[in-house]
Amino acid sequence: MSMDLNYLQFEQPVAELEAKIEELRHVGNDSEININDEIQRLEHKSQNLTRQIFSNLSQWQISQLARHPLRPYTLDYIDQIFHEFEELHGDRAFADDPAIVGGVARLEGKPVMIIGHQKGRNTKEKIRRNWGMPRPEGYRKAMRLMELAERFKMPVVTFIDTTGAYCGINAEERGQSEAIARNLLVMSQLKTPIICTVIGEGGSGGALAIGVGDRVMMLQYSTYSVISPEGCASILWKSADRASEAAEAMNIAAPKLKELGLIDQIIEEPLGSAYRDVETMSRRLKEALLENLDRLGQMPIDKLLDARYKRLLQFGNYREV
Amino acid sequence: MSWFEKILPSGLRTSTSNKRAVPEGLWTKCTGCSAVLFRADLERNLDVCPKCNHHMRIGARRRLDTFLDKDGRLEIGGNIEPDDVLRFKDSKKYRDRLIQAQKATGEKDALVAMKGAVKGFPLVAAAFEFRFMGGSMGSVVGERFVRAADVSMKEHIPLVCFSASGGARMQEALFSLMQMAKTSAAVAQLRKRGIPFVSVLTDPTMGGVSASFAMLGDINVAEPNALIGFAGPRVIEQTVRETLPEGFQRSEFLLEHGAIDFIADRRDLRDRISKVMAMFMNEATPY
Repeated sequence: MSMDLNYLQFEQPVAELEAKIEELRHVGNDSEININDEIQRLEHKSQNLTRQIFSNLSQWQISQLARHPLRPYTLDYIDQIFHEFEELHGDRAFADDPAIVGGVARLEGKPVMIIGHQKGRNTKEKIRRNWGMPRPEGYRKAMRLMELAERFKMPVVTFIDTTGAYCGINAEERGQSEAIARNLLVMSQLKTPIICTVIGEGGSGGALAIGVGDRVMMLQYSTYSVISPEGCASILWKSADRASEAAEAMNIAAPKLKELGLIDQIIEEPLGSAYRDVETMSRRLKEALLENLDRLGQMPIDKLLDARYKRLLQFGNYREV
Repeated sequence: MSWFEKILPSGLRTSTSNKRAVPEGLWTKCTGCSAVLFRADLERNLDVCPKCNHHMRIGARRRLDTFLDKDGRLEIGGNIEPDDVLRFKDSKKYRDRLIQAQKATGEKDALVAMKGAVKGFPLVAAAFEFRFMGGSMGSVVGERFVRAADVSMKEHIPLVCFSASGGARMQEALFSLMQMAKTSAAVAQLRKRGIPFVSVLTDPTMGGVSASFAMLGDINVAEPNALIGFAGPRVIEQTVRETLPEGFQRSEFLLEHGAIDFIADRRDLRDRISKVMAMFMNEATPY
């Protein structure tokens, strides 16, 4: 059987079952034999198999899920969770970076500012959005929108999904480092609640540049790391082919990062990961956002900023002798 | 060539290009122009080549020793040491890399911070030890930076940081990424309190260090011809598949593109930094 490209390699047994189910459905439609029982049996089997496969994923498999071609992106969640979204463009200095989208919207009636990385679905859009790898103007647009949110007392909701910052000549010329650094500084003091959620890949400075907040959440099968597994492998193992080892060594999946206190909350994904049931995923994400916004919204701003700074200060693993 | 080498048939001689040209000791070679220099002269010249003005890399202690006045120095955060909660291992264990770096440099980690003064003007200074795992930023570097900033805030004196780093320390994984946020947040605190922060970018300042506090100075100063940027030149070359322009990511390139305030000769740093700090703090220029 040929490989189904919408499924990852380790999901292929499930893909085969699903294909069989689909086949039977077709037969069922134009024949008189009742094969519903058989379909039901296979569906049950498929679910069990998925559960079995997903109960024991390696860090590398999770990183593949985080970049799954069908995984929901920022605009998908905006569509599912928010109302009246109006996209706002540009950094007012150089350009609009389509690798980061942002704008105002309502969450259960309340105005919020949304900022997120955006990857493309098809080749054309992937090129336009530079595979979700931002350039300096993307970070600067994000900063402009954050300051806008501060002025109008709207909470900021960010969605992180990038392999990392774009490594190009122009990006360096326009001050990639400064653009990322300034966002870190501004976010640490922004006088409005910030909630960040890693929805797919949380890759290096490009991710962190919209990732400083009061509450940082991760979807169950998203990843967060200082460098992509390939990047880490090519530097430390001198070969990008050792990415799976690098992924294991770095601990890029949500549970360990939560245990280490580096993130605050994990949002459980539906069986087989987010793309299998975007609606359920969106509902859970929305619930988590509402719950946190409600809590953070009740805190006086100075307390909020104090807690945000303390949260950053406690990041570190060292010994005091 | 020694008399012994002279009598050897040429086939037996080791090619000199494979050998270290000058042994450690009295003489040293400029890494820029290859001029053979008398070590004592070079040291008096703060490791700047008297022939070509090349600024050689210098260690953290020596940096602070040449920048700060002799009296009244107090180290900050010296009691903080690295840990390895992830038990990270690539081709080598992180623990072993740490021990090796500690032995080679005599430092516990890649940043040294001190309270002191420049020409009698009190300030806090921190400097990276590039020989310690490429000056990479992990939890200890982040924590020491924050503690240095804390002393600045408590005493209301400026903070000066000399960066020389390859970026975030991969062996500390996400902990190291978070040091970018932590140190940048500390700079925000300095700004809020009106305490000057001078970032001195030295060769090289890359990755997570350049993309956090190092680019956030109230003034950003660079030494001549230092490599400064986010992504390394080789990574960029591989990504864009183009040859990089001449002088790309060097101090002069950054000055031209508006990323830094000025380029300063190492031998002038004490004068120029203390002069500007005195103006920021509205005090008389120290002489």
